Formats: sequence, structure tokens, C-alpha cells
Amino acid sequence: MSTAPIAFEVSRATRASRIGGAAAVVFVAFLASFPWWADHGWMREFNEMACYLIFAMMWNLLAGYGGMVSIGQQAYLGLGGYALLVMGNFGGVNPFVAVPIAAVLTMLVALPVSKIAFRLQGGYFAIGTWVIAEVFRLSIANVSAVGGGSGTSLTALRGIEKATRVSVTFWLCLVAAVASVALVYWFLRSRQGLALLAIRDSEIASESQGVNVRATKLGVYLVAAFGAGLAGALYFLGNLRISPDAAFTVNWTAFTIFIVMIGGIGTIEGPIVGVVLFWLLNKYFSEYGTWYLVGLGLLAIVVTIRFPRGLWGYVAHRFDLNFFPVQRRLVLHEPPKD
Amino acid sequence: MTGWIDTIVQGVLLGGLYALFAMGQSLIFGVMRLTNTAHGDFIILAAFGAFSLVLAIGLPPAAAPWAAMGALLPIAFGVGYGLQRFVLNGTLGKDPLPSLVVTFGLAIVIQNVLQEVYSADPRSIESGGLNIASVPIGADLAVGTLPLLIFGIAVAMAVAMQWLFDRTAIGRAFRAVSDDRDAAELMGLDHRHVYALATGIAFVLVAIAGTLHGMKTTVSPADGPALLLYAFEAVIIGGMGSFYGTLAGGIILGVTQAIGFRIDPGWGIWAGHVVFLAMLLFRPSGLFPKTR
Repeated sequence: MSTAPIAFEVSRATRASRIGGAAAVVFVAFLASFPWWADHGWMREFNEMACYLIFAMMWNLLAGYGGMVSIGQQAYLGLGGYALLVMGNFGGVNPFVAVPIAAVLTMLVALPVSKIAFRLQGGYFAIGTWVIAEVFRLSIANVSAVGGGSGTSLTALRGIEKATRVSVTFWLCLVAAVASVALVYWFLRSRQGLALLAIRDSEIASESQGVNVRATKLGVYLVAAFGAGLAGALYFLGNLRISPDAAFTVNWTAFTIFIVMIGGIGTIEGPIVGVVLFWLLNKYFSEYGTWYLVGLGLLAIVVTIRFPRGLWGYVAHRFDLNFFPVQRRLVLHEPPKD
Repeated sequence: MTGWIDTIVQGVLLGGLYALFAMGQSLIFGVMRLTNTAHGDFIILAAFGAFSLVLAIGLPPAAAPWAAMGALLPIAFGVGYGLQRFVLNGTLGKDPLPSLVVTFGLAIVIQNVLQEVYSADPRSIESGGLNIASVPIGADLAVGTLPLLIFGIAVAMAVAMQWLFDRTAIGRAFRAVSDDRDAAELMGLDHRHVYALATGIAFVLVAIAGTLHGMKTTVSPADGPALLLYAFEAVIIGGMGSFYGTLAGGIILGVTQAIGFRIDPGWGIWAGHVVFLAMLLFRPSGLFPKTR
């Protein structure tokens, strides 16, 4: 018996990803027009949420895909902010130009730090990274040149007109947010991304298939540090003021864990959905102060236990919807019937 | 010179308290590889619980804290048992993420509920002057009675826990489920019950540590994360699975912080963290590792 070769193709796009891609382009173009007509308050809000989105995308990459659950990513967010401050205030670098440089510098710091952090795994890694973040906070709080514990202002922006500053900051945030989503998407579709997914499923099996586990994990850790540094530089560029307690607070990671878990960990859509939800909750409930935070904590617990896939994970599973397909689907073409 | 001796002695005594913070975590780590990120917040919760019990009991201030601690122990055991049995057992597995997120969520809930109930003001448990009494040793050196007492309790607890772990049936069950859960199940152990017992006992240690901490100094609702980090550092420095190791780890951390504080108050906590990180680099399994 002979079988005719079955015609097939490997499909990477979905209908949703094509429609979604087009819609996203229109939406980003709409956002980009904000500085010409929108309220300054809106742009400030957007900037803040863009920073959360970047930070959450990176945490999701690290924890959701890389299996490295860190409670210390605020270390890199704070370093990004302080790198921006030092370059702008003391180095005379244009603060807007300093943003990407700050992110690269943060990534360079993460390289030696990873040597210590990677000594720990699982839950120990989580708390160990938190200790590292505390070391950075306490170190910078002792440096009087950057204002010590009470922090300082970003004086480098003094000569720049307010309208220009607000618009350029907004555009930078928008570009960085889109770029971070694109970066994670591109990374996960690449060979390294495939290796990362294999490591998440089984470290030993992927190692035996020739995946360099250590190098892949280090790469992810460095990219996540870069993204966190970028978010930090942008946040304090918009905020104009930085202090060790604001820059290195564990709340950054706490809110991010909430965003990613609620949205759906291990998906690219998840953090985006999570940030939108977080923005809405913040807008309408943050006036309740401590009870609002109690609610966020409880919600995170319930979702983790009852709905571990999160909001987007549920939708994607239920409706087979995928705006950022990273998997490869085998499409078989039926052989013509005789 | 006396100044330095004083610093070291204070550091050792502080280390006793840190060891008490750490022993509960050491037990939970050892038995089920669970990282409870709300550990410090539970210590603070216990301190506030003891604070309220002292007010409710209405005994003279010299006796009230001890009565409150006694009343708190069974409550703490029940809370620990229930939390593990009905919440945390469901989060255990190969993936550390669920247990981390759930305990982290608990930490946020505890901090904010305490803030709502007790406000952000620091409180202290009245102990009838015990917290300012001191014992003279040598010509111009004196140590606080309460810190000395806390250190003694820490040593006693380390001995008791090591005995429990090494010599009793329940300790054997802990070691069995820790080594091989499935094999232990085949031998008739219910791992869900054993895990819950471990967390219950850990919470008894938390209640003791929290009450003593509240008697020694002031506590406020946001203090938990710092205590979690000290406890974690003591466990890792000492080495996994040994309570004497945890005691030694706590003392090393306490002495390091005390020396750091003496050199410059801004660098005390920092010095403790850095010694911990250096330990990770040069001796990642800790000083006295027993299990992996």
C-alpha cells in the first residue's frame, strides 16, 4: 500500500492576528495624535500605564515564559530611573536621549547580578532577587549626591518648554510600550523563544535536545532587566522626581504580579488586558485606599487558585482566539478524492 | 574595646530574635519546599494579635504578655493548619508561581487590614518594664533582660525543633514526605495532613516570635517584608534543613547588622544583606546544610 504525500503547510498567523494587527495599527496611530488635542491629564495617565505595561510584559516574559519568578524586578526599574537622573543632571545628556541609554546601562548591571541571583531557584530566587533590590535601594539612599533617602528632582529638563516635554515624553512612552510588546512577540517566535518554551516545560529534556538552558535563561533575564530599566527611566522622566523608596518599592512588582495574573500569565495579550483592567480599577476604586489594596490582594489569590489561566487565558481557550500566535500550526490539505 | 564587645553581644542577642523569625520558615521550606512570602507579615499579625489580647485579658503588665502568648499559640496552630490544608496545599507543585503569588497576595491583604484596624502608628506590647530591665555583666557592660530571655528561648526552640525533627514520629513523617512524597503516601501518610501539621507548628513559632518582637520593640503594619528577608537570610546562611544552622544563621546576620550599624547607621541593614549575598556566591549551600 502506498500513501500519497499529504500536502501541508505550517501556519503561524491566525485570522485574529491579521485583523488584530490592523486594528492595533489604527489604535496606535490614534494614540499618537494625543499631543495635538488631548488633555495633559490623559497623557500622564497613559504614560504611567505604559510603564506598567512595559514592566509587566517583561515580568511575564521572565516568570510566565522563563519560569523565573522574581519579586525583585523593581531593582532594575529603580536603576533605570537613577541612570536617567545621573546622566541628565550630572552628565549633561539630553534626558530624552538618556532613556534608551539608561535601559542599556541597567542591562549591563544585570549581568554580574545574575551571577548571584542564579544561585537560587524557585521560591528562593524570588526572595533572593528581592534582597538584591533592597541592596540597591539602601545603597542609593546612602548617596547624598542623588539626594540620599529623600530623593531629588530631574533638573536636566529645566530648559525644555512644557508642551514639548509633555509631548515627547508621551511619544517615547507610546513607542516604548509598542516596542516592548513587539520585542517579546518577536523573541517568542524566534528559535530562542522556542527554546525558552521548551525549558519551561522541562529543563532536563530541553537540555538533552541541545538547548543551552543557562544561556537562554540569562538572555531572558537581561532582556527583562532592559525592559524594567526602560520603564523606570520613562516613569521618572514623566514624574520629574525620584526617591529610593518610590523607585525601588516592591509595590511595582506587587501590582505587576496582579496585572499579569489577572490578565493571563504566559500569554502576550494577558499583560495588555491586565493593564487595562488595572487602570479601570485604579480609576474607580483607588479612593478606597487600604480596602482597595485588600481587594486586589484577594482577587490575585482567588484568580491564581481558581482561574490560573487568567482572564485572557480563559477567553483564548474558550474561543480559540489568538492575537499574538507564537505557536506553529500544521494545516493539512485534504488530498483530492477520486 | 568594651564598645565593640557590647556591639557583638547585642548582635548575638538580636540574632536570637532573627533565628526565631526564621525557624518557622525553615520548617516550611524543609518539609514542603514552600516559600511563604507572607511569613514576615504573619509575624507582625501575631504581634498585633498579642497586643490586642493583652488589652483584652487585663492582667498586670508583667504577666499579661505571657498569658497572651499562651492564648495565641493554639490560635496560631489552627490558623496555620487551616491555611495550609485549605489554601496552600492547592498551590504546591513543580511550578513555584502559584504558591508565591498566593502568599504574596496574603501579605498585601494582611498589611492593609492591619493598617485599617490599627492605623499606621507603631505599637508596642507593654511588659511591665521588662523591656528596659538589664543584667550587668562585667564592669561597664550590661545586657537587656528581655533580649537575653529571647535568646534563651531561641536556643531552646532550636533544640526542641531539632529534637522534634530527628527523634519523634511526627518528625519522621516530616522527613518522609520531604524526601519522597509518593513513597510516604504508600506507607500510609496523608501528605496534606502532614503539610498542614508542619505549617501549624511553624505558625506556633511565628506566634512566639511575633509576641517577643512586639515586647522588645515597636511594630507597625508595614514591617513584615523586612522580617521576611531577615528570616530568609538566616535560613540560607545557616543551611537548609538544620535548626542549629538556622540559629547560627540568625546570629551571623544579627552580628553583621550590629557591626554595620555601629560603623554607620545607614549601612547596618545593608551589611546584613551583603553578607547574605556573599554567602550565596561563596558557599551557596549555607554553613550547615542537611537537606537539599
